[in-house]
Amino acid sequence: MSMPSSVRTPRSRAAPRRGRSDARIAWLFAAPATALLLGFLVLPFVMAVVLSFTNQRLVSNDAMTLDFVGWRNYARLLSDDAFWSALRNNFLFVAVVAPLQSVLALLLAVLVNKPLAGSRIFRTIYFMPVATTMAVVAVIWSLMYAPDGGVVNRMVGLLSLGHIGPQDWLRDPDLVLYAVMVLSVWQGVGFQMLVFLAGLQAIPLDLYEAARLDGATAWQQFRHITVPMLRNTTIFVLITTTIYAFQLYTQVQIIASSGTAAPVDSFRTVVMLMVHEGFGSGKIGYACALSVVFFVMVLAISLVQRRLLKEERAVA
Amino acid sequence: MTPNKLPRRAFASQKGAESRGRLAAYAAHALLAAFFVMPLVFMLASAFKTDEGQLLRDMNSLSAFLPSGQLGWENFTAVIDGTPFLLAFANSLFIVGLTVTIGILVNSMLAYALARLRFRGRDLLLAVVVALIIVPFEAIAVPLLLLVNQLPWLDGTIGWLDSYHVQIIPFIANAFSIYLFYQSFVTLPKDLEEAALMDGASRWRIYWSIVMPLSKPAIATVAVLQFLARWGDLLWPVMAVRGDTFATLPLAMQTFFGQFPRQWGPVMAFAAMATLPTMMVFLVFQRWFVKSVISSAIKG
Repeated sequence: MSMPSSVRTPRSRAAPRRGRSDARIAWLFAAPATALLLGFLVLPFVMAVVLSFTNQRLVSNDAMTLDFVGWRNYARLLSDDAFWSALRNNFLFVAVVAPLQSVLALLLAVLVNKPLAGSRIFRTIYFMPVATTMAVVAVIWSLMYAPDGGVVNRMVGLLSLGHIGPQDWLRDPDLVLYAVMVLSVWQGVGFQMLVFLAGLQAIPLDLYEAARLDGATAWQQFRHITVPMLRNTTIFVLITTTIYAFQLYTQVQIIASSGTAAPVDSFRTVVMLMVHEGFGSGKIGYACALSVVFFVMVLAISLVQRRLLKEERAVA
Repeated sequence: MTPNKLPRRAFASQKGAESRGRLAAYAAHALLAAFFVMPLVFMLASAFKTDEGQLLRDMNSLSAFLPSGQLGWENFTAVIDGTPFLLAFANSLFIVGLTVTIGILVNSMLAYALARLRFRGRDLLLAVVVALIIVPFEAIAVPLLLLVNQLPWLDGTIGWLDSYHVQIIPFIANAFSIYLFYQSFVTLPKDLEEAALMDGASRWRIYWSIVMPLSKPAIATVAVLQFLARWGDLLWPVMAVRGDTFATLPLAMQTFFGQFPRQWGPVMAFAAMATLPTMMVFLVFQRWFVKSVISSAIKG
């Protein structure tokens, strides 16, 4: 990043003064964003860690003094059934959605990447749900999931040739999370499709040409050229999908507010529980412990991503 | 097998396979397109159905996706007259517009300092910004709520809850936006800036008249990503906003959806009106959206 010396020489005489005024100007440029980051990101983050060891409440209560309680919030987390169900819901959601959404995104990208008339129209259609607000998406699907005569029940009945009867998707504790998965994939997959599309278009075409000349079938080309060349893109998509999945909130919150949802523990996520504890019940200390645990999980996933991508670079 | 030795028959069969492949691709497209477009068509069709009973009965047949039976604008007028839809829409526009605009300015300024100016603490600041990208908003939402609840505002009141600024100020600075701007700025050629510096142009002038105009793709990327993220956010409004006065569209959608007895016709009209403007923006600026998503993926 250093300047070539030929550029630097002409102003070398002015350099010391410029350097000092440069620093002042630099801080003027940097100050607004730095202050905002410190105040609204770094400070709350530090607060989350510190408060997770206290009994801080949202509304201060004269009868209760603010005390350090050590690891008590964390210990309570471990024995809290609501926490374990939230964690189970998040992991189940990730385990199904991350691979499903990635594979579907890759399929869409491969299809859209084919030189067909109308490819761009299809790309637009697949991306349209991404431009739809998630709260709205959850509302639309809530009606489609209606019990008995709902659209989804009708479709499932048709596709299963009548073997699967009507379900109460949003009120059945065994089904509600899967119902949320379908609408989440519907809304989000267009984004990952575009990411895969970028990856596909970066693969040199002569690789395919050479393979074709060697008589490779379309499947062989996909298996031995496309898939390995998309390794980094795939890691990126899998990891970001995983992190998004951990942040799951809007859809489940809307469904919870519908008033006709399954028992909350069958679909409540970690973030939703955090809002419930911190905002609903005012137990800031406890909610902060949840925040810290949530952050550590996201951090771990990010580190895995960095590790995997670095390995790839080292090999290449 | 070399190409010139390929028997003619192989070519013919390859051509046949090609058109068969094309047919299969179109079939797959048709199925997938139906899956992706049907819920939106369903929303639109339902929004125009003024007979609630018929709307529900239609879900049993293809009529669910067709404008059939009694149609009219009554659901839309009911939403506009009977719910704070327009207020929520204006709130969303105002809050997201201001957050994104000020964010572009403030974040690019910090990025410019990091990319082009030398000062003590630059490397540390850059490292902190990169590290902060990992911190998801969800992890700081609860302590942030506690924090803004105790902050003073210009008019002397304590506590920011239920206001515009509580939904704007905490979201202006964004580590990922700063990083995207930084990446864009370091790849710009320096010659122009050096020349302007020689001619006595101030740093502000260089930033404003040279660097920013050259960084339109980065600005578009940041604007699009921030817009999508802020426009759809429900988590923070649920915690920081009560009542309708400062509610954004997602929060108003939730409130209206949660009212009983629920009338699906108006609910779908609400959903359609909340969706169409962003959808139009997307269709018009599609090229920018696509580019932004791709460049964020490559850099992220």
